[in-house]
Amino acid sequence: MSRIVHKFTRTVPQWQPRVTPVKLDEATPEQLDALSVTPSNTKVSAYVLTLAHDVESLKVRSPLFNAIMYDAGGMSRAEREVGALAASMVNRCIYCAAVHADRHAKLEKDTSVTDELFAKGENADLSPRNRVIFDFARKLSEAPVGATAEDMAALREAGLSEEEILDLILSSSLFGWANRLMHVLGDPVREEVSA
Amino acid sequence: MSIFDTTTLSAAGVTPGSATAAATETRANIIEATQAAEDAVLTPKDPGAFPHPLRAALAARVAALGGEPALAERYAARAGGSAALADPAQDGTDQGLSHLMAFVDKVANDTRNIDAQDIAGLQTAGVSDADIVRLCELVAFLAYQLRVVAGLRLMTGAAA
Repeated sequence: MSRIVHKFTRTVPQWQPRVTPVKLDEATPEQLDALSVTPSNTKVSAYVLTLAHDVESLKVRSPLFNAIMYDAGGMSRAEREVGALAASMVNRCIYCAAVHADRHAKLEKDTSVTDELFAKGENADLSPRNRVIFDFARKLSEAPVGATAEDMAALREAGLSEEEILDLILSSSLFGWANRLMHVLGDPVREEVSA
Repeated sequence: MSIFDTTTLSAAGVTPGSATAAATETRANIIEATQAAEDAVLTPKDPGAFPHPLRAALAARVAALGGEPALAERYAARAGGSAALADPAQDGTDQGLSHLMAFVDKVANDTRNIDAQDIAGLQTAGVSDADIVRLCELVAFLAYQLRVVAGLRLMTGAAA
């Protein structure tokens, strides 16, 4: 038996779709082509097979996702993960939050920031720089016009460059997208360990 | 097409020569891919149950609900016979699409409270799994684009 995970965790759950994913052996040539642009083409995840129902979006989404999260320059990868995590916490996407909290902890070789965020949410005790990054991403995630000129000024006062600010906008907004797929189309689940 | 002609940068009012423009030029690949993603949800070759004018209407609706009237107007201009649904005050009853409108509005603005029943409800109403994914991709992309537009506008220092 598996149960749905409701609490934020860094231990990445399984993802169980609420719709029937495309079956690999029934995929159209277009779907197979789009599936091959994902990082792993030997074992395609249930999530990617679900998104294969909209093959045109899937094909453009993977390169865009990778560019926003991993391209060189601008904001550090760990700080982009804070943007992703803030969005995932606002939208309560347990799966996305787990993946990106885990990635942040591994990049920083430190779990304290994500421990603090999961324990205290927006009241977490953060460094001044992480504070303004998290707050901006949280407000932008709550509503498109939720962040204000004061929030933007706080990013600049904390020393973020224009390129870093752009990367923060992109990474947190990207998870406005990803959360609305992951959290809407499936459940985060974990296998029950039977006694 | 210059990146400044994309929907996202033009809606945000990012014009060449500004500090914000210089930052976006370092991420030109992302701005271009954002336009490609917009085209994939607004005008896909295979639209499923959602013809292009209906997609434009839904995009306008999500933009209006998100507080981006200028972007809403851009999309509404392409909504043709579906234009009524661009108005968030219309619940879709007249078009027989109230289940879709309720779902779109909830995914866009109350994401955290979506649960399995919301998806089961669409399935019961006869919406195919492929169309559920298509609808989610449209709303999810808009959630991203609206935030990029709003964030860029803050970068330029212009009032909303």
